[in-house]
Amino acid sequence: MKQNTLFDKIWDSHVVRSIENGPDVLYIDRHYIHEVTSPQAFNGLKERDIPVFRPGNTIATADHNIPTRNQHLPINDELSRNQVEKLNENCNKYGIELFGYNHPKNGIVHVIGPELGYTLPGMTIVCGDSHTSTHGAFGTIAFGIGTSEVEMVLATQCIIQPKPKKMRITVNGNLGIGVTSKDIIMYIISEISTGGATGHFVEFSGSAIRSLSMEARMTLCNMSIEMGARGGIIAPDDTTFNYLKQLPAIPGIDDLGSAVKEWEKLRSDPDASFDRELEFDASLIKPMITYGTNPGMGIAIDSAIPEDKNNEGSSSFLKSLNYMGFKPGMKLLGQPVDYVFIGSCTNGRIEDFRAFARIIRGRKKAGNITALIVPGSKKVEAQMISEGLMEIYKNAGFEVRQPGCSSCLAMNEDKIPAGKYAVSTSNRNFEGRQGPGARTLLASPLTAAAAAITGRITDPREFITDDINKK
Amino acid sequence: MPKVKFDILESTCVPLPLQNIDTDQIIPARFLSATSREGFGENLFRDWRYKKTGEINKEFVLNNPKYNGKVLVAGKNFGCGSSREHAVWAIADYGFRAVVSSFFADIFMNNALNNGLLPIVISEDLLTNLQNIILKDPSAKVKIDLDKQTFTIIPTGDYVRFSINSYKKECLLKGLDDIDFLLSMKELITAYETKKTR
Repeated sequence: MKQNTLFDKIWDSHVVRSIENGPDVLYIDRHYIHEVTSPQAFNGLKERDIPVFRPGNTIATADHNIPTRNQHLPINDELSRNQVEKLNENCNKYGIELFGYNHPKNGIVHVIGPELGYTLPGMTIVCGDSHTSTHGAFGTIAFGIGTSEVEMVLATQCIIQPKPKKMRITVNGNLGIGVTSKDIIMYIISEISTGGATGHFVEFSGSAIRSLSMEARMTLCNMSIEMGARGGIIAPDDTTFNYLKQLPAIPGIDDLGSAVKEWEKLRSDPDASFDRELEFDASLIKPMITYGTNPGMGIAIDSAIPEDKNNEGSSSFLKSLNYMGFKPGMKLLGQPVDYVFIGSCTNGRIEDFRAFARIIRGRKKAGNITALIVPGSKKVEAQMISEGLMEIYKNAGFEVRQPGCSSCLAMNEDKIPAGKYAVSTSNRNFEGRQGPGARTLLASPLTAAAAAITGRITDPREFITDDINKK
Repeated sequence: MPKVKFDILESTCVPLPLQNIDTDQIIPARFLSATSREGFGENLFRDWRYKKTGEINKEFVLNNPKYNGKVLVAGKNFGCGSSREHAVWAIADYGFRAVVSSFFADIFMNNALNNGLLPIVISEDLLTNLQNIILKDPSAKVKIDLDKQTFTIIPTGDYVRFSINSYKKECLLKGLDDIDFLLSMKELITAYETKKTR
């Protein structure tokens, strides 16, 4: 019998038509939209005077360009307000379910999709946002698309897409104390570079991956785009099914038991072949931090900046270090920082805020640190309140903002000033990503917390004496 | 709806020999608040074109009068990062018709093809040669023949075949539109849905 990968099984079962020597017409089960990459797609529908083909398959939220304070008030910034209003109008006109600005279920698209039960194993999921790869944690084919493709999905529920190659990344072994799934993915990207998986869809497997919670798996798949992968996918297992079982509701699923029986079949056959296979040892991974201006420029927190590890080409590499104000061979530990950001679709879930709280509990924020603490959704915010985390944050001197993408891409006013250093739990350290001239150091919530307390880049393991947190 | 066509292009090039140029550099997020597709060229490479003070950065290649043309020649992994199609709209709006690199990020590649901006993949060695040729002689031209799928460096006569999927090639040559094509398949899509729910 032909041996197929999990990716092949889902992809092939969604092909409406294969174009000869060309791409596939792929059916999309779930389409997420937000205010920034959808307006031009709706304009296209209006110009053609056609409806949304399957409005029930699209879910909308406002997240990228909204303020994280005073969400009960109208948005001050005119352009931002206009985008959010356009989204409201479009969803209203075309009958699309909207968890918009200040809606009780609002949040970052890749946080609310899973928590509201819209992301399910075996699906094809797209969104006009590259971090759509997040949803692969549930055993879905999920990937980011451009606005022209958003318009295709709205018009026909399909996109025209070349089938990517397949890669498997196996991570076996036990994670060390203070090492999280953020560190796993940052380690992998630092090993294979920011373009190392371009053209491929990556299945993550191995004992270290299996041991991760759903939220930790989402962090891992989220950043698979940062090594160039089309997406990441993890075969669903009991961890997945237990996560789904505890959700208050799963729209469209009446009998979860029989759904789970089908989802259990979603795995790569034992002899399925991949175009590329890589293997890593989890026990070698330490807390990671980036020193440059792409996510591949990462190192273990206690090591030194390399000379030119990924052969980035001397001009690109030195331009990057110059932007950051660093030099090859320099150690980052002890380097003073100015800002700490916890949040984003990468690390804006409840486990991330628990991890951060674990280090700041009973301590005080360093005087030189400005912190941006931004829950990924209203639900995460409510959980923080009910679990008493808000008190811990407040007592340590932190203000907790309201949900949104915030300083991850700094479309709103949550910008890091030029020249300032920010330890950020987000996903991209590109030049100017967190504001013009801002210098981003990507890290896990534990590493961010350690920096928030000491005011310097600090090994989070100094604060951790047990191994409760393996996220 | 007919789209921009592409057949043969002969042009000088603009060299940008940096690797991993991400879409945040191509068009920073703070310029994504518009709700139309027009006018993004003004802010193409905004933070490289202008200094923090707002002055023109004369060292950046787009501000160097020696270099112009409709072909951008960039280092490997061009267009990585965010899926923002605004990056392609900005490059096309500025006046480029093709981008050459040794590889492109997947989403950028699709976005470019969907907007008639041709992404051309050549080997890393040829890319380095091409960069050197342009840096030495800014008047050096390249010729792109989409139908023949050839990319020629005119002064040296070096040429390579580049790949493009046959569907997209036809769309670009004839100015065909993806959504018209998909809409013509509505019955097939509905039949797929019926089969799936059964």
